[in-house]
Amino acid sequence: MIEVNEILQTMQMIHEQHFDIRTITMGISLLDCKKNTDAETAECVFEKVTRCAGRLVAVGEELEAELGVPIVNKRISVTPVSMICGDNPLLIGQALDKAARTVGVNFIGGFGALMHKGSTRAEECLLEAMPEVFAKTERLCGSVNVGSTRSGINMDAVRKMGHVIKKTAELTADTDGFGCAKIVVFANAVEDNPFMAGAFHGVGEPECVINVGVSGPGCVQRALMDVHGQPFDVVAETIKRTAFKITRVGELVAQEAAKRLGVPFGIVDLSLAPTPARGDSVAYILQEMGLEMTGAPGTTAALAMLNDMVKKGGVMASSHVGGLSGAFIPVSEDIGMIEAAQAKCLTIEKMEAMTCVCSVGLDMIAIPGDTSANTIAGIIADEAAIGMVNNKTTAVRVIPAPGKKAGDVVNFGGLFGFAPIMQVNTAKNDEFVERGGHIPAPLHSLRN
Amino acid sequence: MKKALVSVTGVDRPGIIAKVSTALYEMNVNVLEISQTILDGYFTMLMIVDMTACTAAFEEVVKKLNAVGEELGELVQIQRADIFDAMHRI
Repeated sequence: MIEVNEILQTMQMIHEQHFDIRTITMGISLLDCKKNTDAETAECVFEKVTRCAGRLVAVGEELEAELGVPIVNKRISVTPVSMICGDNPLLIGQALDKAARTVGVNFIGGFGALMHKGSTRAEECLLEAMPEVFAKTERLCGSVNVGSTRSGINMDAVRKMGHVIKKTAELTADTDGFGCAKIVVFANAVEDNPFMAGAFHGVGEPECVINVGVSGPGCVQRALMDVHGQPFDVVAETIKRTAFKITRVGELVAQEAAKRLGVPFGIVDLSLAPTPARGDSVAYILQEMGLEMTGAPGTTAALAMLNDMVKKGGVMASSHVGGLSGAFIPVSEDIGMIEAAQAKCLTIEKMEAMTCVCSVGLDMIAIPGDTSANTIAGIIADEAAIGMVNNKTTAVRVIPAPGKKAGDVVNFGGLFGFAPIMQVNTAKNDEFVERGGHIPAPLHSLRN
Repeated sequence: MKKALVSVTGVDRPGIIAKVSTALYEMNVNVLEISQTILDGYFTMLMIVDMTACTAAFEEVVKKLNAVGEELGELVQIQRADIFDAMHRI
């Protein structure tokens, strides 16, 4: 029998601590949609996505009403488009965008490429098209994998992504470069990530699958308030217990959604995803551990422990755990991170250190509009190197907001939040970036 | 058994249990347990109900209870009990 205090705890988590299911993401394989021309492929893509995901939003809303827990986003991820496109990926991008609008999901991810070892002709076309595609679409997201532990870093792709991001910012200057919020540059990208903008449906995945991402930084923060001043052992245990409860609801929703949609359940992603709402912040958890502000000495250690305990609590709560599974530290989507960046307590360099111990990387960081493509490429290379050497996923999602300089603020609205423009180190790196070629895989890639 | 939890929060006033139970009775929902407390000055009632023989779809039950809540000036919610089992039982 469920106890009254347990019922009340669950209700408090939902109503006062912003606990929600962040996303139900349906992964759809598009490998069978490749036709002779991009126009035919686009038609086939639209048909398949709308057929598979036709009931996704309705099922999400049903579950939300029945379980009484908000399911914030219903989304779709698809096979990287570079695997099915020819010379005109724009047509397929627009078909995906239209499909997303038709079925009522707010984002569809997968307009991207896996280029960690080298590039195909289609991948080159896709990169070329990216800025225009993200300027002309609304709900489409995409990611490019430029490196991995097994294969090293494709420095040509790194350099090109610097230019793609710059150009996308210019083409979407009217929204402060918001197009860049829909582009993620990965190292060690995962194939079953349910979170945008980096979600895509990997080639090892089944035809169609349901992945779920949970949220609940507010619940962890609240639980830590009760163990104020106690040693880290107690803090660790408290985080684990909370993560377990959060993840169990994710598992329940994932299983039910998969059953109702008649597709297999894939994974629950254990990530703690923040929002700009007060009390829904990962940074506030770190501060609850005793830091005046995120970025203070101790931040990386606090984050490392949080990240590990979320996994340890969550892993037992779900039959299949996957995706990114770690704490997210986006700047614009986390009020504590925004405050720390505004106070200049948090710098990009400190964030780079933080990305060594958590998922995912330099996320939703607005940088000065005059930052050069090569500087962005250098930032990407640094993050990719951290991912490659540490055998983890890392990513870069930066927005060089046109016309803005350090200290200005850009507002993206909704879950994307707002962000102070952060100072970037502008020492020249052109010769480094323009070398091109490939950084070989590290020694520990040879594990066989 | 399809168990659900009905929660009523707000200010204590006469007729809360009567109105909520009547609405549930009309949809053939069986009340298994009731617990009632005053928390921080707020009236809190929790009802565990069995919806196995319920004659209405879940969303209809939600709508009807919301309407009863509005009439009473209380917040009346219903959610499947599975979420509590998932969260608090291994």
